[in-house]
Amino acid sequence: MNTSAQPRTHGMNMGDLNRDAASAELSLSQETPCISTRDMSLYYGESKALKNITMDIPKNRVTAFIGPSGCGKSTLLRSFNRMNDLIDGVSITGEVNIDGQNIYDRRVDVADLRRRVGMVFQKPNPFPKSIYENVAYGLRIQGINNRRILDEAVEWALKSAAIWDETKDRLHESALGMSGGQQQRLVIARTIAVKPEILLLDEPASALDPISTLKIEELIHDLKDRFSIVIVTHNMQQAARVSDYTAFMYLGELIEYDNTDTLFTNPSKKQTEDYITGRYG
Amino acid sequence: MKISQETHTSHISQRFNEELEEIRSQLLEMGGLVEQQVKDAVHSLVEGDTHLASEVKKKDKKVNLLQVEIDEVCTHILARRQPAASDLRLVLAVIRATSDLERIGDEASKIAKATLRLAEEGSSPRGYIEARHLGSHVRQMVQDALNAFARFDTAQALAVLREDDTVDLEYRSATRALITFMMEDPRSISQVMNIMWVLRSLERVGDHASNLAEYVIYLVEGEDVRYTKPEKIEKVVMHQDELEPPQLGQSSEDEGESKE
Repeated sequence: MNTSAQPRTHGMNMGDLNRDAASAELSLSQETPCISTRDMSLYYGESKALKNITMDIPKNRVTAFIGPSGCGKSTLLRSFNRMNDLIDGVSITGEVNIDGQNIYDRRVDVADLRRRVGMVFQKPNPFPKSIYENVAYGLRIQGINNRRILDEAVEWALKSAAIWDETKDRLHESALGMSGGQQQRLVIARTIAVKPEILLLDEPASALDPISTLKIEELIHDLKDRFSIVIVTHNMQQAARVSDYTAFMYLGELIEYDNTDTLFTNPSKKQTEDYITGRYG
Repeated sequence: MKISQETHTSHISQRFNEELEEIRSQLLEMGGLVEQQVKDAVHSLVEGDTHLASEVKKKDKKVNLLQVEIDEVCTHILARRQPAASDLRLVLAVIRATSDLERIGDEASKIAKATLRLAEEGSSPRGYIEARHLGSHVRQMVQDALNAFARFDTAQALAVLREDDTVDLEYRSATRALITFMMEDPRSISQVMNIMWVLRSLERVGDHASNLAEYVIYLVEGEDVRYTKPEKIEKVVMHQDELEPPQLGQSSEDEGESKE
């Protein structure tokens, strides 16, 4: 494979140019995994909701899960910080490894896991407290009460979530007075205030208007340098816009998992093609 | 994923089916018109039919108009549907194809103008055999490329690409013959030069037909084969193309191989 990077625009070397472009694409095989599932299955009682999922979620990238309702994408996302533990009758086989440790190991501290793997839901859920206290909440739980540290952390989180300018003059007003889009970015600020490694977003923009949606998407793009992000979305164009990698799931199976450009221009599985082009399979 | 002719008509949205079908059939209509233009242009030249040549010139406007129309429909589809995968490739292929077809139309128009010039000079038909031969050859290429488009037939597209080499050979040998004419009889130079331009146009038509064939392969196989060596194109079409292993992390089902 030609690895030379000089641009060639004339003459006989156009074939090589073509290949250079191709080799610059993202490739899962060159990524460092942050979450690795191995033959992971999840049952709701008797029914198998996730079927032998083996995949590596890359570090500092945005990975999107797409698929029709009930395909298991949210279930899979929730299994990355053991949110499914809260549901009765759930059992899991196989492994979900984060930093080389199976998070379903009995020795794992679930509260600590959820600090490392933060989650944002479809509907903004700020606490009925001030903006400041919402963001400081996670730190206070960790026992941090030093005003200066909290001030810095709150400012950092609000700036990172691109909502500082809108909130800096009303930090002590109720978070419930904010618009839906602002609330969602506040919730993201609250999540990242505790400096997680991984950010799980479950339909983070589907209750928002198009402009707020774009702001969230922009935020996701800005945050990926510092966090590994996994997003579940019903909106395929959103997946195409924000993600580096996309996984298509269907009936509890991981059908196709590839870099987003490839998946949306030339998917290799018929089920993927039918889904993203809106055909009946 | 390789696609077939039926794929474009199975969307949940019936209107989307119709829109895609519309650009496809409009493209084929434009193709048919352009092919006829090449045929008429060469015919007008060989027969010295100035009336037909003027017709060709006139009809070129219709070709241009069709390009604009089809591009507009494509723009609307992109804006409103945000097509993905094979649908996206179809729209892109159609946009690219209209531009090549329009250029073929231009070449036909140039040939028609040459007919008119030659008729004015009232010169003897030298080099017309070569032009007729090359003309029917490239016209066939255009037709085959369009058929490949209509049927999503990559094997035929590949055949068109191979044909282009033969056209280039014919073009070169015809040029040599005409140079000999000019050396033998310098008074014929201006007339023969006209024929040279015609041959040049026809050779260009062959190139555009090859482009059309490449778009068919892109559309069907999802591989952009422009500026690609023939052997590699062949591999893509024949599916011996495990050039780079698929970059899937893992797929839980059939693949089974685990990476790292």
